[in-house]
Amino acid sequence: MFKILEAEQLSASVYKQVIHAPRVAKSCEPGQFIIVRVDETAERIPLTICDYDREAGTVTLAFQPIGVSTHKLLALKAGDEIADFVGPLGRPSELVTDDFEEVKKKKVVFIAGGVGTAPVYPQAKWLHDHGIECDIIVGARTKDLIILEEEMSKVGNLHICTDDGSYGFHGVGTAMLEKLVSEGHHYDLCVAIGPMIMMKFACLTTKKLGIPTIVSMNPIMVDGTGMCGACRVLVGDEVKFACVDGPEFDGHKIDFEQAMKRAAMYKTEEGRRLLKYQEGDTHHGGCGNCGGDK
Amino acid sequence: MADVLKKVPVREQDAKVRATNFEEVCYGYNKEEAVEEANRCITCKNAKCIEGCPVSIDIPAFIAAVKEEKFEEAFQIISKSSALPAVCGRVCPQESQCEGRCIRGKKGDPISIGKLERFVADWARENGIKPKAPAEKNGKKVAVIGSGPSGLTCAGDLAKLGYDVTIFEALHKAGGVLVYGIPEFRLPKDRVVGPEVENVKALGVKIETDVIVGRTVKLDELMEDEGFDAVFIGSGAGLPKFMGIPGETACGVLSANEYLTRNNLMKAFDENYDTPIVHGKKVVVVGGGNVAMDAARTALRLGAETHIVYRRSEEELPARVEEVHHAKEEGIIFDLLTNPVEILADENDWVTGIKCIRMELGEPDASGRRRPVEVAGSEFTIECDTVVMSLGTSPNPLISSTTKGLEINRRQCIVATEDTGATSKEGVYAGGDAVTGAATVILAMGAGKAAAKGIHEYLSAK
Repeated sequence: MFKILEAEQLSASVYKQVIHAPRVAKSCEPGQFIIVRVDETAERIPLTICDYDREAGTVTLAFQPIGVSTHKLLALKAGDEIADFVGPLGRPSELVTDDFEEVKKKKVVFIAGGVGTAPVYPQAKWLHDHGIECDIIVGARTKDLIILEEEMSKVGNLHICTDDGSYGFHGVGTAMLEKLVSEGHHYDLCVAIGPMIMMKFACLTTKKLGIPTIVSMNPIMVDGTGMCGACRVLVGDEVKFACVDGPEFDGHKIDFEQAMKRAAMYKTEEGRRLLKYQEGDTHHGGCGNCGGDK
Repeated sequence: MADVLKKVPVREQDAKVRATNFEEVCYGYNKEEAVEEANRCITCKNAKCIEGCPVSIDIPAFIAAVKEEKFEEAFQIISKSSALPAVCGRVCPQESQCEGRCIRGKKGDPISIGKLERFVADWARENGIKPKAPAEKNGKKVAVIGSGPSGLTCAGDLAKLGYDVTIFEALHKAGGVLVYGIPEFRLPKDRVVGPEVENVKALGVKIETDVIVGRTVKLDELMEDEGFDAVFIGSGAGLPKFMGIPGETACGVLSANEYLTRNNLMKAFDENYDTPIVHGKKVVVVGGGNVAMDAARTALRLGAETHIVYRRSEEELPARVEEVHHAKEEGIIFDLLTNPVEILADENDWVTGIKCIRMELGEPDASGRRRPVEVAGSEFTIECDTVVMSLGTSPNPLISSTTKGLEINRRQCIVATEDTGATSKEGVYAGGDAVTGAATVILAMGAGKAAAKGIHEYLSAK
């Protein structure tokens, strides 16, 4: 069992929890993720690492409740325990593993969208801690959905943007990037993490601008160790497993259309199980929300 | 008087009924049946059956105890050699091992050794009999990576010799392929696997789940920082193979590993669990091994019309005879001498069918089996909404790629000697599918046993 030390709401839709998991805290690196199984009947769900503290033995998660298992996690408070917490999974970010002298020369821009802001933070923080300056674009639909503003502003040059103009730059993250480039900023690498559709458009823009781009894929997975093959993604003409070959890939080679279709594979079944969870004993098919098939 | 040439038949759940549930297919022998079957054994002096057993159980001795209804004694005899008798009695390919060598079998049916082993193990569990407690601790620490058949066996044997053993398991539940791979209807999890794991723990073995060696902690750290004097790698062959044909990343195409893990480990068949599974209406399973049979019979139980597509003929099916027989009884359709060439999908990238080509058998290949050859122009399509690829697995490079000085071969398998399990790295031993590639539960157990002996010799000499 793994104890939740803190539980906090970050925005209208994103929540944060600090988990006591000394083994994971000791070995995790920016770019990696973990899998949580909340209780005996819950799914194994991959979640992003937002921060970690090796001394305290803690790992900070950020998540957006979508299915039954993330709702179960949301229901837990500080002091509660989760059944399983396993990781770190995936390869660390190349920023961390590549030759430091080479990395130091790079001007990096991050584009973070929604809950994808969380996995960007440890990468930007790592660069900051190693004396490398970076630009960070954090985008959301509206002001209430922006997360980690204070933390991000401490580790890089932060540019906030909202689709509705309620805060910061009025427009999407890629528009912000184009603005920065037009103002004379030069970037050697873009790391874009967020919803699949956002990463797709970020890649279209950076391709046009000639900026190599890394994205972090978050496909469906079960074990996270390469065993199930559910997380297959097409990178160029190669089939890769996001859990062991990724999660970070060359964004210009990813087939996003296909990845988005695969992500929707269990949508009906997951929705059905979520309704059952939320309605509890009152779930009988009567309201018709589940399509009447209970 | 019963015909001594015929084995006592074993009771099974009716095929029509069991096709709709996940309850165990085979009921096993009761006391009377077990004793009757045991009495067919002629207790050969030169017992060939022992030679056929990868863990060398003293088969005539335990059967002799069954004859006299000394079931506890029978259990202790088996336990000297095997940590998982209730499992082995159910999933071993006995026809090619112990029963295949049975002298009785030269004329008539061999003794049902597997069913007798299962009876003894089940009787011991129901009567609260545990394996004999270990000798005094010797103060030496051994880490075992993976809690599958090889790891449990190695850990159990070392614990009996007094070692302080910790098993590190990547998943949240101990058992390896016994919990994620083999389905409930063949190997009940809570009733059979769970108690066998508990028996290993009763010997003093500690199990730490949620630890992925190579990620959570490195093998070298276990030895250098955590004080383990030796390590056994029994991490299995985890990575599923795909065919590499067009359309294979479409929605509705799964590896057998994913399909079975969702259903067995995550219990997707049970409405009370949150993990979803694809409920196909028509499922095609590609492959002819035990795993393919398991996947097909799972799909059938989830309500699908299920086909096995296999490129050779029935004679070459690598699955156990009993599994093929059960699958047929339950209504699985076998499309033999058939090989997929492409997976077809609709505009949402969901599977609509699988394009196949007919095969015929040519000359024998390296495996000794006749090589399947395509029949030109014989392509046809099987309509389906789910395809499960069951083409075998290869070892996971997570450990080998993160450990200094550990030699692997070109198939990613860890190089280890057969008699002791020793690898290229001092103090590190390996066995099971991580060394051989995908094989059977009992062969992995045999390797775990050999490695326990190897580790004991190494640490005793140190």
